[in-house]
Amino acid sequence: MIRFVDVHKSYRVDGRDIPALQPFSLDIAEGEVYGIIGLSGAGKSTLIRLINLLERPSGGHVFVGDVEMTALAELALRAQRRKIGMIFQHFNLLASQTVADNVAFPLRLAGERDAGAIRSRVDELLARVGLTAHAGKYPSQLSGGQKQRVGIARALANRPTILLCDEATSALDPQTTASVLDLLAEINRELKLTIVLITHEMDVVRRVCDRVAVLDAGVIVERGAVADVFLHPQHPTTRRFVNEALPEEAASELAPFTQVPGRILRLSFRGDTTLTPALGRVARETGIDFNILAGRIDRIKDLPYGQLTLAMQGERVDAALAALREAGIEIEELHR
Amino acid sequence: MSLLQKLFPNIDDWGELGRACIDTLLMLGGSLLLTVLIGLPLGVLLYLTGKGQLRPMPRIYAVTSLLVNVLRSVPFIILMIVLMPVTYFLVGTKLGIRGAIPPLVIGAAPFFARLVETALREVQQGVIEASQAMGASLWQIVRHVLLPEARGGIIAGITVTAIALVGYTAMGGAIGSGGLGDLAYRYGYLSYKSDYMLVTVALLIVLVQLLQMIGDRIVTRYKQR
Repeated sequence: MIRFVDVHKSYRVDGRDIPALQPFSLDIAEGEVYGIIGLSGAGKSTLIRLINLLERPSGGHVFVGDVEMTALAELALRAQRRKIGMIFQHFNLLASQTVADNVAFPLRLAGERDAGAIRSRVDELLARVGLTAHAGKYPSQLSGGQKQRVGIARALANRPTILLCDEATSALDPQTTASVLDLLAEINRELKLTIVLITHEMDVVRRVCDRVAVLDAGVIVERGAVADVFLHPQHPTTRRFVNEALPEEAASELAPFTQVPGRILRLSFRGDTTLTPALGRVARETGIDFNILAGRIDRIKDLPYGQLTLAMQGERVDAALAALREAGIEIEELHR
Repeated sequence: MSLLQKLFPNIDDWGELGRACIDTLLMLGGSLLLTVLIGLPLGVLLYLTGKGQLRPMPRIYAVTSLLVNVLRSVPFIILMIVLMPVTYFLVGTKLGIRGAIPPLVIGAAPFFARLVETALREVQQGVIEASQAMGASLWQIVRHVLLPEARGGIIAGITVTAIALVGYTAMGGAIGSGGLGDLAYRYGYLSYKSDYMLVTVALLIVLVQLLQMIGDRIVTRYKQR
């Protein structure tokens, strides 16, 4: 759906080229939610703007569907942009216009003149984001979460195939973030919209994304399915993001329980294995003892997962580990 | 009537004062309208071609900016005299309301253009970016984003310009453009009829107060949103 081919970007500052994004290629599939996570200054804002060409790449090609965005002339580019919705950290609504007029704005820009058609589409969109009662208000009269819902309604107005989310929840409190993310997930499910979001919070990625790329100082250092990246982060930057989302895991990495007797293991369960009593069964069968040191059970998007750090003692630990692996549980040995 | 006569013994023709009032209002209205019509696009041009803006064009910006600064740095009374041939060329007279309007507009439009430029710079960059992402053309951004979003600031600019124009029209009176300034100058200054001076000054104060009140009221109405 979205394809970057050998794209790179640098900015010219005082006659010198400052690289913002090192050459990279990236494919984003139709209908998926793709997360790009990075610290501020990592280049993620630049990366997402390369899709609708708010930023022009210094080299390489950007494709959206079958269209090469980087080859379009001004007029054709504007037409393509109407098919790509975008929402922003600071909402960027027109303060001088009502909620309804803000949502109608992209329709009018696209040349829609029929007031009846505009009104019915706006009503439909406001109903979808749950703001029907606020149509006549001005943005300054709304809460942050409501403003972002207006932003989402506006972004969906021209029935785009892609939605770009530029730190869409970073200015919101945790509860509002959750409700906006739920709305995005719902839109992705029901409208089959491809969503690209950038964020600095691993929790946002965990809740809604299918795949993720980790950006560090202009380089994609890690990418893959969220469950893989989340449960087995390879790069130090990725680890840091994951540890922020899982404070107890961070604690277990910092203090590797050296004083605890036995072998220290981290077990990762995914999907159905999370819901089977494999650990208890294996312990009974092999006669090993285990002591849970840290753990949690949660979801990655719709996938239940669990991660336990435990100390294992007994004659047949190796057999137990083999049996657990047999049951589909991933095991890392932290300390022996 | 007798009270008026007692208070202002020199003013024998109140009708003349009324006509002068109307002349001032006509000069103000006409020049304000033209000032806005010329200054608004000029301000938009300054904004768009400025460094880091939507259509940065350093040369055009530099030339426009210089012209605006030159016109703003000449005191109005001198500008008026310097412009007399231009005025004559444009409207066929150097006198009266018609003769006053070209220098008033040329004096005030650059001033207003700067105020428009400043007001437009207050518009959030993000809102402009959002409309670009929606596929808006430059014209659509100016027409539907920049001008509406800067409306409060532009109206405040019109108010300030109108008040400056009241001062300019009074100065114009000194060189034959008529209006309240002309009365104050001829009767009040040259003929020592200080009651004329008092009344015209009072009328000008009332006029400025009214303009400021109206302007503020419109701005507040938009700001509440």
